[in-house]
Amino acid sequence: MSSENKSKAYQPKILVFACNWCSYAGADMAGVSRLQMPPNCRVIRVMCSARVRPEMILSALFKGIDAVLVLGCHPGDCHYSEGNYYTRRRGIILKKLFDAFGMMQERFQIRWISAAEGVRFSETIREMVERVARLGPNPLGKDHGRFTP
Amino acid sequence: MGKVRIGVFICHCGSNIGGFINIHNVLEYTRGLPLVKHTEDNLYTCSDGGLSSIKEKITEHNLNRVIVAACTPRTHEALFRRACEEVGLNRYLFEFVNIREHCSWIHMNEPEAATEKAMELIRLGVMKAAHLVPLEAASTQVKPATLIIGGGASGLSAAVNLANQGFDVHIVEQTGKLGGLASRLWKLMPGDRLAHEFVEPLVNTVKKSKHIKIYLNSIVKEISGFIGEFNIEVKTPQGKKDFSVGTVIVATGARELTPIGLYHHGELQGVLTQLELEQMLKRGRKRFRNIVFINCAGARTPDREYCGRLCCATSIKNARYLREISPSSSVTVLQRDVMAFGTEFELEYRRAQDAGVRFIRYEPDRPPEVIGEKKVSSVRVYHTLSGEEIMLPASMVVLTTPLIPNEGAAELSRMLKVPIDRYNFFLEAHLKLRPVEFATDGVYIAGAARFPVDIREAVAQGIAAAAKAAAPMTAGEVILEATIARTEPLLCSGCGNCEMVCPFAAVEVRKDDKIQNKSFVNAVLCKGCGACTAVCPNGAIQQLGFTDHQIFSMIETMAFEDGSDVF
Repeated sequence: MSSENKSKAYQPKILVFACNWCSYAGADMAGVSRLQMPPNCRVIRVMCSARVRPEMILSALFKGIDAVLVLGCHPGDCHYSEGNYYTRRRGIILKKLFDAFGMMQERFQIRWISAAEGVRFSETIREMVERVARLGPNPLGKDHGRFTP
Repeated sequence: MGKVRIGVFICHCGSNIGGFINIHNVLEYTRGLPLVKHTEDNLYTCSDGGLSSIKEKITEHNLNRVIVAACTPRTHEALFRRACEEVGLNRYLFEFVNIREHCSWIHMNEPEAATEKAMELIRLGVMKAAHLVPLEAASTQVKPATLIIGGGASGLSAAVNLANQGFDVHIVEQTGKLGGLASRLWKLMPGDRLAHEFVEPLVNTVKKSKHIKIYLNSIVKEISGFIGEFNIEVKTPQGKKDFSVGTVIVATGARELTPIGLYHHGELQGVLTQLELEQMLKRGRKRFRNIVFINCAGARTPDREYCGRLCCATSIKNARYLREISPSSSVTVLQRDVMAFGTEFELEYRRAQDAGVRFIRYEPDRPPEVIGEKKVSSVRVYHTLSGEEIMLPASMVVLTTPLIPNEGAAELSRMLKVPIDRYNFFLEAHLKLRPVEFATDGVYIAGAARFPVDIREAVAQGIAAAAKAAAPMTAGEVILEATIARTEPLLCSGCGNCEMVCPFAAVEVRKDDKIQNKSFVNAVLCKGCGACTAVCPNGAIQQLGFTDHQIFSMIETMAFEDGSDVF
C-alpha cells in the first residue's frame, strides 16, 4: 500500500480483555519498556479473565469488532486460584461453537501473559493484528468489503 | 443522584503523554462527548495542583463522575479516588483511562494513531463512567502479627523494627542460623568494620525479643487468606506449625552464583569466588602472592543480562584488603566496566588504586583465559588499551560473580500470588512509587530478593517494609474491596452456577425459611473476581464496578464509533 492512502487504509480494531493481576500489568510493563506495537488494540480491564462472559466475545464479534483477545494469568498463577481454568475451558467450547458455524474461528484467541511479560504482550498484540490483517475485516462489520473493487 | 455529570481530566505526564499525543485535539473531542460537563488538561494530574483542581471542579461544576486519562490504575487509582472522596464524591464514581502505558508509550512513532486511540479509550471510559454507581466498602480486622520469610539483614531489621512497635513477629529461616549472607562476609565497606560486629548485635536483639518467634531450618509450606488474616503453615524440624498473621514480608535474599565450569572454577585449584576468598580472610590467612580478580563472571551475559551491582564494590574492597594484609602481593582486577556508584564507592575505587591494585579492562568477546595444570598458574588477557595480549602470573584467581535469588522464590511467588521476573527476583508493585510493597495487599518485599543490595540498602528496605506493614496493623482494620459480587434476588433462579464456580466458597444458594433458593454473597469472603457474574444466566449476580451493563456498554461504544446507539 502506498503512503498517500495509508491513512484511509482499513485499520482492524481488536478488543482485548486483560486481567488486572497479570496481563494488565504485563501490558503496563510493555509500556514502561517502551515496546512499540500497532495501535489497533483497546484494552478493557477486568479483575480476572473468568469475568469475561462468552456473550461479551460474541457481542463484540457480532457488532463488527474484528477480533477479541482474552488475556489471563498463566495456568497455575491465577490471582483467584482457578479463574483462568474457567477461561480456558470456556474458550475451548466457544471455539468449538465457532467451528460448528464455520465462522470467526481465528478472530477469538486466549493467551496467558504474566506481569513480567511485557515482551510477550507486545508480541501477542502484533501477532493478533497480523492475523486479522490476513483475515481481512470482520464480515459483520461496516468495513467489510472495503477491499473489493 | 440526579443526572450524570462527567468531568474528564487529561494528564500530559510532563511530555510522557503530551509529547506523543495531541492533547488539544483529545480535549476538543472529549468536550463533544455526551454527559461530559467539564474537561481540562494538567501537566501532572497527580500533582498537588492537579488533585486540588479535581476537587475544585467537582464542587464548581457539580460533577458526579470523574475520569482521569493518564497512567495506570494499578499505581494511581487509589490517589485519585481519595481526592474524589475528600470532596464528598463516592470513590467508586471515579474511572481511570490509561493513555500512557497503553497508548503514548507504545505508539511513540505514530502520534496521529495514538491520538485517535486516546480519544477512543476516553470514550470507552466515559461510557463506563456513565454507568458507575456509588459503592460502600466493608472493613476487616488486621491481626497485629507479621510473618517474615528470611532471616538475613533485611528480614532481621524489619523484625526488630516491628517488635519495637509491639507487633508479634514470626521469622522463618531456611538455614540453621540467622544473619543471612552478611554473616558470611569478612569486612564491610564502606567503614572497614568486621561484618560480625554488625550482624551479631542484630541477631542478639532478635533472639532476646519477646515478640519475635524464630523458626530455623524451616520453610513456609502454605499461605492462604488475605491482608488481615493470612493462615501460614510452616514445616519445621519439629513438625508442622500453623499460625496466622496480618501481614507478610518477603526477605528471602540472594546467594552468590557458583560459577560451575566458568574460568575452570571447580576444576583448577586456586580458582575461587569472592565469598570463598572472604572466608579465607576470615580464617586469618595473611600471605598472598599473585592474585587476579575476574569481574562480571557470569553477569551481563546473554543468559544473565543484569549487572550484579555490588560485584565491583566487592572486588574493590577485597583487592585493597589483600594489598594491605600482604604488601608484597600483586593484585590485578580484570574488569569490563567499573561501576563504583554512590558517594563512597568511587572514593574506595581510588583508594584501591592508591593501594597499588591494578585495574585492567577486558572485552566481553575476548574474555580472560585462566591457565594451569591442576593448579592455576597464569591468566592471559587481551589488554584493551595497549591492544595486545598480556600474561599475568597468578597463584590465585578470584571470580566476582553476581548474586542470584535464593531457591524457593518461584514456589513462594505462587503461594503469595506475587510476580517474579525471569531470573526469579521478585517484582514490587511499582518501582518508584511502591518500592517495598507488592500489588497484593498486606505483602511486602525487602532486600536482595528484589535485586542485589548492599547491607545499608537491605537494612533500609527492611525498615521501610516494616513501616509499610505496620500501617494497617496499627490502624487495626483495612477497608475491603467494594467491587465484589452482589445478587439481585428478584432475578435469581437459584440454579447454583455461581456457587459452583466461586473459588472462595463466598457464594451459596440459600434454602432456609426466609430465603427460598436464592444465591447469597458473603462480602468478607468475596474477592471480586467476577467468575460468578460470567456464569449467571439471568444477570442476577453482578460484580460491582464491573457489571455486565458497564462492560457491554464499553463493547458497544467501541463497535459503533459515534456511540450514538448506546447513549
